[in-house]
This record gives sequence, structure tokens and C-alpha cells, in this order.
Amino acid sequence: MKRQIKYLISAIVVVAFIAFIAESCNTSQQANTGALTNDAASAVYVAPGEHDEFYGFFSGGFSGQVSVYGLPSGRLLKVIPVFSQDAEKGYGYNEETKPMLNTSFGFVPWDDAHHPELSQTNGETDGRFLFINGNNTPRVAKIDLTTFETSEIIEIPNSGGNHSSPFTTENSEYVVAGTRFSVPYPQKDVAIDSYKENFKGMLTFIKMNEEEQMEIAFQVLLPAFDYDLAHAGKGKSHGWMFFTTYNTEEKHTLLEVNASQNDKDFIAAIDWKKAEEFIAQGNYKEVPAEHYVNRYDEKTHTATSTLQKTVKVLTPEDCPGLVYFLPTPKSPHGVDVDPTGEYIIGSGKLSADLTVHSFTNMLSAIENKEYETTIASVPVLKYDKVLGGVVPKPGLGPLHTEFDDKGNAYTTFFISSEVVKWKVGTWEVLDRIPTYYSVGHLMIPGGDSKKPDGKYLVALNKITKDRYLPTGPEMNHSAQLYDISGDKMKLLLDFPTVGEPHYAQGIAASKIKSKSKKIYPIEENEHAHRARGEKETKVVREGNVVRIYMTSIRSHFSPDNIEGIRVGDKVYVHLTNLEQDFDVPHGLAIQGARNAELLVMPGQTETMYWEPQREGVYPFYCTDFCSALHQEMQGYIRVSPKGSNVPLKWSMGEPDPES
Amino acid sequence: MVLAGALMVTLFFWPMWNITLLAPQYPDGVHMHIYINKIGGATKGTLQNVNILNHYIGMKEITPESIPELKYMPPIVIFFIITAFLVAFLNKKWMYWTWITLLLLILAIGLYDFYLWEYDYGHSLDPKAPMKFEGESFQPPLIGKKEIINFTAISLPHIAGVFLIISTLLAMFATYLKSRKSKTIPS
Repeated sequence: MKRQIKYLISAIVVVAFIAFIAESCNTSQQANTGALTNDAASAVYVAPGEHDEFYGFFSGGFSGQVSVYGLPSGRLLKVIPVFSQDAEKGYGYNEETKPMLNTSFGFVPWDDAHHPELSQTNGETDGRFLFINGNNTPRVAKIDLTTFETSEIIEIPNSGGNHSSPFTTENSEYVVAGTRFSVPYPQKDVAIDSYKENFKGMLTFIKMNEEEQMEIAFQVLLPAFDYDLAHAGKGKSHGWMFFTTYNTEEKHTLLEVNASQNDKDFIAAIDWKKAEEFIAQGNYKEVPAEHYVNRYDEKTHTATSTLQKTVKVLTPEDCPGLVYFLPTPKSPHGVDVDPTGEYIIGSGKLSADLTVHSFTNMLSAIENKEYETTIASVPVLKYDKVLGGVVPKPGLGPLHTEFDDKGNAYTTFFISSEVVKWKVGTWEVLDRIPTYYSVGHLMIPGGDSKKPDGKYLVALNKITKDRYLPTGPEMNHSAQLYDISGDKMKLLLDFPTVGEPHYAQGIAASKIKSKSKKIYPIEENEHAHRARGEKETKVVREGNVVRIYMTSIRSHFSPDNIEGIRVGDKVYVHLTNLEQDFDVPHGLAIQGARNAELLVMPGQTETMYWEPQREGVYPFYCTDFCSALHQEMQGYIRVSPKGSNVPLKWSMGEPDPES
Repeated sequence: MVLAGALMVTLFFWPMWNITLLAPQYPDGVHMHIYINKIGGATKGTLQNVNILNHYIGMKEITPESIPELKYMPPIVIFFIITAFLVAFLNKKWMYWTWITLLLLILAIGLYDFYLWEYDYGHSLDPKAPMKFEGESFQPPLIGKKEIINFTAISLPHIAGVFLIISTLLAMFATYLKSRKSKTIPS
């Protein structure tokens, strides 16, 4: 018994000792990061009232939106609604923006937004537009960076999972939309196991027309691989577009095993200048492919949705020299082109090494017909003839690479959770730094352009765990900001993000700031149901459709007393905000309206659709605290029974009968 | 003297006077510009913004149509420009004196008139105004700086106003030279 007690006591002592050691290790770890934070704090400190040096545009992933951050502070500046309805701003709820979310499947109020891409001029970000892909119901959106509003959404037909998108050429001649999931072509009811026979992969090239609007220029029909990511050639390789592929095994079930069998998959290199020649020669098939193009007009403040019926399809059989496959080890994910345009980095996510192809080698391999084989009329170039170099064993699970302005590349490693800095040309690893945790994309402002701004690097992490105060089972995803101006990378800041930012793009604030609009001039408002002044306000009935032409200005609506509405009416409240002062929006909410609020910017008109269900008198009010008399900004709408003959009447500021 | 006349032409292109309102929530300030023939501002919406601010305290809406001076002023300015050239051309001492005396008289009347308008706007307040401040005057300063509730109001000549002052000084100097020598033509 005594002996047993002795054992017990010694066991407790051992456990306590281990616990003590573990605890002190823990504190010393904290002390380590603490030492760093001192100068890191001043590096990210942007004093109150001061502006950040960079804009960062972060995709919202499954939130379907884009969030805008200031860098280096990591402050959230705005969330731009793109593919998802946003009750906060009325986007996708008001009559003007509903058409933005129209597709050939009807109204689709959500999507999965992955890759923001800034427009470029001469290979440099120009701050005019931001493009972003909708992954689930294939779409590409364009955001106007003078208003930070979504101005266009185009649907991509013959596609499924628009993932390798919307990467741009160096003058934004094209943005691309490559299908991640191959689908039957044309889409039809077939057995899933007829995959190899019926399924195809489609790569779409969207061009900017003269009015800088998106339209589908052509599609390239390829084997039923999964097309994962893309990047355009630049400088010497301008004119080419590169797409990574996986599932070259062409399997349709248990892909985690079945699509990981081939030693090498491919990078598909598309000569889009040649594609333009084939189009000009009429060497294409015009096929039925219904898709919608939705455009928001800044003068009418209204979006229109237009059906397009066909697309031009190019096939490798008919267009020799259009496509080449570059063998690349083990399911390459990112494909990134260095600022000179010479090196094409294929991140084989299951490969031990990082593969770098040389554009010069690729051209001579094509010229000398150094083909390994041909798949579906596409020549497969010999691996060792296109290879430019290998970064040996840099880490585990390489995903994406961006560049600085000093000839260095930075690659993310998902499995080993780190960013690795290496030298382009010598392939030598220079530095590595951990991320918290499991980094996906990374972003250096201009880091995928010809002119990177090599000051900061943002790691976009997939897993958050313990980085912030816990908020239940679901945590916001985490981003980390690093200083990359010196030889060694330095961690500066952690900040939580909205949704799941896959990728981000950064740009010097000076390229956007001065062009940012403050108001919409009221005299330019061309909305079909605008009221440019209180004198133009009215209520009009046509059958059971009632249109209320209403205005808002600090601090009243006109009209603010409305009678003669009936149960079962279809009421459109067209609210024009007459303000012409920066940052004075007015909102509108009506009790019981099964809809979101309106949030109307100065000079803009927006419309709320409302079907009154019950008789009574219902208040409406301004939802955006606009002025000292915001609480007084309210009104009443009287709803009478169906068939009632209460006359239509509207007023504002009429003398009170009691006084 | 010719220069004095020429400088007055600026009155048709630039504002004569500027009233700036500063408050923390207006980091760029609200700049109301008074021309000889219209009232504008740093932006197209400025006058509307000033009126929105004024309506809380029941100040009358500033509408250019209700200010007849904006119609009288342009012909008066044209008269002074033409006569300035005439005076320089005919070059008589009495003409210089008459011109400058008339100009100074008109300027004095103009400033007094401006004061009256400011007094009227600052004091004729709607008794139903949402905000009332006992004993507070909302009259902007004639010239200089003044605190009006949460705003700092600054009233100063704008580009054309400065040129008008230079023009007046030049005319005075020309008259002085003419009176002293009465022989040579200063221009």
C-alpha cells in the first residue's frame, strides 16, 4: 500500500514537472513573438485620419463579395456586393440591381467569388476596373473603381466551376474563364460514367469591346480535364495564356485518389493571337449557348440583362498551333509568370519540387516539333525541352507564386504552412517564414504584373484556429501581412477577413484615390422614374400598379403622407436622393415590406417593390443616420382594403388640420 | 488706369467673394462663392448644401433669383470698365477724380448692401425652425472670421474680389499721379 502511494506521488510529480516545462515553453514562445511586435506595430500604424498606402481587394469566397482593405493597416474599408444579394445595401433586392444576378438558370442570388484581378495597361495595374469570377454558376463580374460598384456580370456558357478566371492579358484585351469541372458538351442528359465520351473542358476568352464592356470573344474546346488556374504571358510571352490542369486521368469519382495518379499533368498554353487569326479566317463553329450579360448604367442607375444566344468555338483539330500541353508534375495548381515573361512557374501541389518552364524553350520546342505525343489534336511538348529550372525541395504543397521588383519569387506552401522566397534564375531558396495557418494564395501589390511593388506580402490563410478570440465553431479566415523590403521576410500583422478570401490584388492608393466619385450629379440622372426635385414628386396609379415618385433630402421625404394605396396593389417606390454632398446617403424602409431597405446615394434613384398585404397605416423612415433630424425623417402610407375608393392623395408639409 | 479697367473683367469669370464654413464633419469645408451675377460654390451642390444647413435654424433659403443685385451688378461693372478706358484715353484730371469717387461710393454701397443681406439672412429666422438658439446671431461676418454655433465662418474676397481691390488701388494711384504732375499719362 505504502509502495503504491509512493508510485502515485512520484507519478504526480512527473506529470507536474512535464506540465511546468510545457507551460514555460508556451510563455517563452509568446515572448518571442512579443519581441517582434514592437517595431512591427509602428510599421503598420496608420495614424487616425491618415490614409493607407495601398488598397487591397480581397475576394469574399463563399460570401460572393469583394472586401476592400487598407494596407498596411489591415483596416476594412468597404464590402462590395458582387454575386450575392446584400441586404445592407439593397443590392439584388432593389429593382435596379436585380437584373445583375440574372442567369440562364434565372435569378441566382449567390456565388463563390475567388480571384480578383485588376485591369492592366502595358502590364501594369491601372486602377480602372477589378474583375472577379463567380465559380459556381460560371460568371465574371467587373467592378468600376470610380464608384466601387459592380457594373457588369457576364455568364459563361459550356462551363462548370469557373475557377481559372478572370486572369487578364497585359492591356486587359482579354480576361479568361476556364472551366474547373468538365461537363457534357453540349450540356445534356447522359450517364455520368460516359465521362470520357461526352464531357469536355472549355476555356473562354472575354474581350473588352469599344465601350469597355465584356463580351465573349471565343471559346476553346479541350479534353475533359479540370482547368485549375491561369495567368497571361507578359512582355516577351504577351499573346499567350497558360492554364494548369489536373484530372488528366479524366475520372468522375473519388478524384482525390483517381485524379492523383498521373506523374505529370499539363499546363495548357494558348496562343490567343493565333486564335484571333482563326476567328478572322472564319475557322470556328458558332454554337447555341444561351448566356446573359448584365450591365449597370451609371446614368439610369439601372441594370439591364440581355440574352446572348451563341458563342464561337475553336477546336484544336481545326486550329493547329492554337494549343500546346506542357507536362508539369503532379496536379499543378497555380501557374505564375515572372515579370519578364520568360518563366512559367507550375506549382505541382503533390510534387516535391517546383517546376519552372522557360518560354524561350517552349517556343523552340514548338518550332522543332519536340512532341512527346498528341492528345485530342493537341501536341504535348517534351518535358525536358520546355523545362527552365527546378526549385528543389522548397517545401510541401506549393500552390501560388508572386514576385517582387528585385528578381525574387515568393511561393506559398499549403501543407508546410509557409512562404518561401527564392531567386528567379538560380532557383536558390533565400528565406522561409511560417504562416498561420495553411496558406493558399499570396498577394504582393502588382505581384503578378510586369511592375511589382515589393514592399508588402499578404498571405491568405485557410485555417485560423487560435489566432483571435474564439467566436464559436466558425472563425473568420485570417490574413497575414509581411514586410518583404529587406533580405528577410518579417511578419507585421494578422487580421481577420470577410468570407473566404482566396486571392487578393493590391494597388497603390494613388492610382485610385483621386478618381473616386463623391456623388452622382443629379442633373445627369436619367432613371426612368426619377424625380429631380420635390416639384417632380407624384403618385401614379395604372390598374393595380402604383408608382410613388419620392425624394429625400435632409431631413424629410417628399411626399411623406400617402393615401389611396390598396391591399393587393403592386407598389413601386422610386426614391431619388436629392443630396449633392459627399457621404450623405438616405435609406428607406417600409413596415412589412418583404424586401430589404433601399440605400440611395446622392443623386441616385432606387426602387423598392412592395405588395401591401394588410390594411392599415404603415410608417416608413430613413435608415441611414443622415442628420440631426434623422429621427424625424419619416412618413406614413395608408393602405385601404381591396376595391376601396379612398382617393390617391400625397403631400408633404401640409398644414395640420388641428392647429 | 487701363490696367484698372482690364482687371475688372475678371469679375465676370471668378467669384468676387467667398464665405467658407468649417466644421469637423466638413473636412473640405463648404465654400460659397458670390459672383457679380450668381451664387455658386466649390461644387455644383454647394448652394443646396448651405441651404440644407441653414434650414435647421430657419434661415431663409438663399435663391439667386430673389437677389436683384445680381442683375444690377454686371451693367455697373461694364460701365466702370468702359469709363476706365475712356478716362485713360481722354486723360483729364477731373475725370480721374470723378471715376475713383464714383467707384469708392459704389463699393461702399455694395459692402453696406452685402451687410444688409447678411443681417437679413442672419436675423429673419422662421419661428418654426427645428433648432432655436436664444440670443445667438447667425449673421456671417462681413469680412474676417466668426464662430457661428458649431461652424467657423470665414468671409473674404475671392480672386475677382482681390483683383477689384488691386484695380481700385491702381486707379487711386493713377489719380494721385495725375493730380501731382498733370502732364504725363500714367497707364
